[in-house]
Amino acid sequence: MFSFDYRQPADMDSLPLLDAAELRRRVIRAVDGGWRMLAFFGLPETARPGAPAGLCCVLAHDATRTLAALRTPPLEQFPSLTPDCPQAHYFEREMYEQWGLEPVGHPWLKPVRRAPDAEGDGESAAYPFYRADGDEVHEVAVGPVHAGIIEPGHFRFQCYGENVLHLEIALGYQHRGLEAMLAAASAYGPAQTTARRLLLLECAAGDSSVAHATAHCVLWERLTGQDVPERAWLLRRVGLELERLANHCGDLGAIAGDTGFLPTSSWNGRIRGDFLNMTASVCGNRFGRGLLRYGGTAHDLCPEECEDLTTRLRAAGRDARGAVDIMLDAASVRDRLNGTGALNRADARALGLVGVAARACGLPLDARFHAPVSDLPGTEPCLEQSGDVLARALVRSREMDDSLALVEADLSRLAARTGARTAATPPAPPSRLPARKLAVAQVEGWRGEICHLAVTDAEGELLACKIVDPSFHNWPGLALAMRNGQISDFPLCNKSFNLSYCGHDL
Amino acid sequence: MLRIIKERLHQKYRTLDYPRQKPALSPRYLGRPTLANVECGDCRACFEACPTGALLPDPAGPDGRARTPVLDMGRCIFCGACRAACPKGAFRFSGEHRMAVFRREDLLVSAAPDPQADAPAPAYEPPFPPRDYSLFRRSLKLRQVSAGGCGACEADCNVLGTLAYDLGRFGIEFVASPRHADGLLLTGPVSENMRRALLDTWAATPKPRLLAVVGACAISGGLFRDSPQCRNGMDGLKGTQGTDDLHVDLFVPGCPPNPWSILDGLLSLRRKN
Ligand code: SF4
Ligand code: SF4
Repeated sequence: MFSFDYRQPADMDSLPLLDAAELRRRVIRAVDGGWRMLAFFGLPETARPGAPAGLCCVLAHDATRTLAALRTPPLEQFPSLTPDCPQAHYFEREMYEQWGLEPVGHPWLKPVRRAPDAEGDGESAAYPFYRADGDEVHEVAVGPVHAGIIEPGHFRFQCYGENVLHLEIALGYQHRGLEAMLAAASAYGPAQTTARRLLLLECAAGDSSVAHATAHCVLWERLTGQDVPERAWLLRRVGLELERLANHCGDLGAIAGDTGFLPTSSWNGRIRGDFLNMTASVCGNRFGRGLLRYGGTAHDLCPEECEDLTTRLRAAGRDARGAVDIMLDAASVRDRLNGTGALNRADARALGLVGVAARACGLPLDARFHAPVSDLPGTEPCLEQSGDVLARALVRSREMDDSLALVEADLSRLAARTGARTAATPPAPPSRLPARKLAVAQVEGWRGEICHLAVTDAEGELLACKIVDPSFHNWPGLALAMRNGQISDFPLCNKSFNLSYCGHDL
Repeated sequence: MLRIIKERLHQKYRTLDYPRQKPALSPRYLGRPTLANVECGDCRACFEACPTGALLPDPAGPDGRARTPVLDMGRCIFCGACRAACPKGAFRFSGEHRMAVFRREDLLVSAAPDPQADAPAPAYEPPFPPRDYSLFRRSLKLRQVSAGGCGACEADCNVLGTLAYDLGRFGIEFVASPRHADGLLLTGPVSENMRRALLDTWAATPKPRLLAVVGACAISGGLFRDSPQCRNGMDGLKGTQGTDDLHVDLFVPGCPPNPWSILDGLLSLRRKN
């Protein structure tokens, strides 16, 4: 298998062309041997629209920080990997939908992003929902417009009494054609292309703006060999960890809300805002829009600003800790969370889960640890073993402490070294990309590992720009976690995963 | 129990007495643009920098000379690229969070006719509603519909329910069903896959009803303008089949709008001449 260091772009020409059966054999063997599927997608032969596409699979071996890539010549059908490698299940469905490559023998070949009742599309009108039959089996359909202020998606439960036999999650309502827009960005001229792609990715999933922007910048920097000053890494990490703090804090509040533990629910809503407002102090936008630039950042902090942020960080950190602790110490809350929506480690691994959901099952997956983007000292993954809502809450709670410590340390380093080259004068973006390269960026967003991938052709044009949000891996995990649970557990279980609809739908 | 009470005392009372008290926003927050009148010559820097086509050539130039363009807040994502690109400093952002308007054309911001570059910008006067919304003065129930977009606009609507903003004290609430609602609040560029669900939800909302559109996406498609998978928000949806009775009552620009901008917008429906 052709393998390379995770930070280095790979030469497309050194990737042997395998036939589909050989690729299948090698990928399955690698996954059995501890490799993980980062992306599996259709790779067109040329940048021309509608060009024939082959398969390309990128695998990661976390312990050795090594990546591997495999590809085939253009094809129309291939033997599905899914029966022997469930990690491929969702990717193969996407491949069929997006590139028309048919995984023969796929057990569950359904659309990924086309909404089941999209208008004017007779085929999708009959979305083949799974149905359980039986006298007392009933079906519950929810969405796309939900009861709260949330993004749209459709959930279909097969229930026996209160018991959920099966949950099917049909998404695609948020599909904006993001990957096509990324490719089309080059039509806006060289000055605009890079800026536009970055803006689009900041909106890939609005609650993970900094993480997606970081992934995109890292991808481009790796592709072009651009160095990034340490100061910029510090600022980027401040943005990334504030994003994690805001969302973990909000999620714990939401879990409290669905448990009926209202004090923490209302306090955390406010404290989440404090973290967002700190991000706004860095770049003007509460979601970190506009913080990053290719090769650096667009904003810098002076010592007084660092000091002010540190004071606010400590206060918000204290408030968050207090609010979360009384919740996690309450026997009634623990009883509600304990054992609810449990996933076991083997299933989590087989499905290829990432992020909080994977760590809650004891899988040591944290891209900050196994694929660090910079040389800054980092953290260890926070693990829990029970795989239930409680474990997912505890992972978040402990990660908040780590993030608070990281941001505080980074702010003090930023304050101490103002003489250093300012981060806010990034280099001009590259006017062209190197030819025939494959680069990968893995960034641990607050939900989990975000993976961006780019392949260039002989002219340095983009052949593929693949975005894999952690939600793409984890939605099937939520469906599995609900199996044999009570339907009334769904809101709580859903909050404990808190997956992105738009990050999935792109 | 005692610990909870102790923690409650520590967490204090945190609701801002809005609109009497002004929220403290980051000095780096851009807010409402104010434009200065400059002579552009052949310069096209801002047009080239703007990622959403929010800048329109000023049609009013009587002497035929190019002047500061008009900025369409309905398309603007407040990225500040125009400010960075303009060599003459035509673009400024005032930090003013009150940006909601009642008519699409009121989102167009042009330079003050008098090119007094150094004069301080006059205090912003928000517009008055062109229609009588007194029916919703004391109780306004909205159903939120998210149709494409990135989820950040939704997040900033959601926080209005938290205790910092406490939307409920104004009698405004987000409700679970369109049947219980006085109107819809739309976010997102209206993805092809959400179009029908949006129109169904609108049809299920009893009259009299109002429609608020929040965010660049919902107004004009924002960054997703002209994606084949989206409908360019209300700009693109209006006039298409099945949308005859869609009338927008409130526009809140931003990407995403600050929560205070959204709250101000909802409250502005009650403003009286
Ligand atoms: S701030 Fe608005 S008008 Fe200016 S470049 Fe950005 S999107 Fe365009
Ligand atoms: S207007 Fe901006 S923040 Fe709102 S949904 Fe669209 S991209 Fe997201």
